[in-house]
Amino acid sequence: MISNVQIPEERVIVAHDLTKKFGSFTAVDHISFEVGKGEIFGFLGANGAGKTTAMRMLCGLSKQTSGEARVAGYDIARESEKIKRCIGYMSQKFAMYEDLKVWENIRLYAGIYGVPEKEIAPRTDELLQRLGFEAEKQTLVKSLPLGWKQKLAFSVAIFHEPKIVFLDEPTGGVDPATRRQFWELIYQAADRGITVFVTTHYMDEAEYCNRVSIMVDGSIQALDSPGNLKRQMGATSMDDVFHRLARTAKRIEQ
Amino acid sequence: MTAVTANHICKRYGKIQALSDVSLEIGEGDIFGLIGPDGAGKTTLIRILATLLVPDEGTASVCGFDVVKDYARIRNKVGYMPGRFSLYQDLTVEENLTFFASVFHATVEENYDLIKDIYQQIEPFRKRRAGALSGGMKQKLALCCALIHEPSVLFLDEPTTGVDPVSRKEFWNMLKRLKLHGISILVSTPYMDEASLCDRIALIQNGKFLQTDTPQNIVKGFDSELWSVKSDTMSKLLADLRFNKNVRSSFAFGDAHHVAFKKDGYNNRDLSEYLEGLGHTNVYIQKIEPSVEDCFMRLSGNSIL
Repeated sequence: MISNVQIPEERVIVAHDLTKKFGSFTAVDHISFEVGKGEIFGFLGANGAGKTTAMRMLCGLSKQTSGEARVAGYDIARESEKIKRCIGYMSQKFAMYEDLKVWENIRLYAGIYGVPEKEIAPRTDELLQRLGFEAEKQTLVKSLPLGWKQKLAFSVAIFHEPKIVFLDEPTGGVDPATRRQFWELIYQAADRGITVFVTTHYMDEAEYCNRVSIMVDGSIQALDSPGNLKRQMGATSMDDVFHRLARTAKRIEQ
Repeated sequence: MTAVTANHICKRYGKIQALSDVSLEIGEGDIFGLIGPDGAGKTTLIRILATLLVPDEGTASVCGFDVVKDYARIRNKVGYMPGRFSLYQDLTVEENLTFFASVFHATVEENYDLIKDIYQQIEPFRKRRAGALSGGMKQKLALCCALIHEPSVLFLDEPTTGVDPVSRKEFWNMLKRLKLHGISILVSTPYMDEASLCDRIALIQNGKFLQTDTPQNIVKGFDSELWSVKSDTMSKLLADLRFNKNVRSSFAFGDAHHVAFKKDGYNNRDLSEYLEGLGHTNVYIQKIEPSVEDCFMRLSGNSIL
């Protein structure tokens, strides 16, 4: 039995036929999808399927060749500066400044995103307390273990309470226990109404998403809840679903 | 004969103890997996065995040669693929391969058989500069360059990090074919699901081996029953499981939670009753075999959450 997944009424991402070409190469090919407020949306695909290109367009960092999309109500082509103000972003590769202390990183990002001056200090303390990091306030970020860095980076990325946070492989290389604590932070953010748009190569994490899309050769080949995708394909796990779809890829790596 | 032996290796960087008292043995033609998160000490150990770092304490040998005294002889016998792409970006695919062969006084032709399967996949791009290749192609080229002098031992430092599940599977198939050539392989990875593809593994965290054995024995050594638990409300389920005093550990694991009980008296029927009493619907509880990831969390003492 396949049940329809309820998408929250308020749409924070609406993409229609979004396309990006580099010369004769179509990196993203007419993708259309909608993401609701507070959803955890998994954006999956093999390396080279077009995920990063699509994500860069949605963040207002790259202009589409055709099609359109609205993020947080703003048009990605004409209002990209407004979009940048109301989104958060974190990746495995770049998260925070290693040579700044924990509180300095928070202070820097809060300032950039326009968090009112008076609020920064008390909210910093509150955040560190929630994470159990009070003792690390004065520690240089480079001397924190990776798992802590990633949890802190996520918290910093949503410090300004963005409408949407984009996470690009946030848990790569993180130990199994910390990876699970990281996902609990994601759930808490989603419960507060922050939409989470996340890429990952861990297929068990795909199961934690409300809905996932799977890109193959620049197009979205599947989009539904993990449960429905497994039922539709008669698969036992998301890993199984992913292998079946990604194996259909025709695109030769360029 | 063992291909690689390490005895009581310690390595310290300033205040950080990168490796403490680590020992291993890799049999000839075995695939040995070094499994653990970033910062666990995987790279340090590989660099010591590849003769690029000197241990503070302990001894190690590769192909029968001591890693400190006979480092030069070892270098002719091993292939090393570092975690970071380290070929010449400005040389073409073909030039890189020829260069690495010539450094070892070998030719591409004489060892072509060994790399053929892999090289054929990048051959259409042989005139392209290495820096302009995609991630997957770079990885294949790096593997070819590490193999071109026909090494007896191959050290692969996180070859599949950041690689999607389908390409990861392809890479492991390549390793299995190399094993058929009799090459011994030490491969590190943060992906626990790759453990089952190795002959033997070491689980490593904070510079220490938690356990070294075959993946099958590590799973067998899990010291309690493990249950897969689902209901219609998974996040409430996790909270309710943790609140239950008879539960020793519970954590999210894909589409189910994995649960172990504290004492033998408590069983799945008790848990089912407890959960239904709290209003859970469609409660599903089934006994399962633990995975290596379950074992890693149990052994690293992080299983409470």
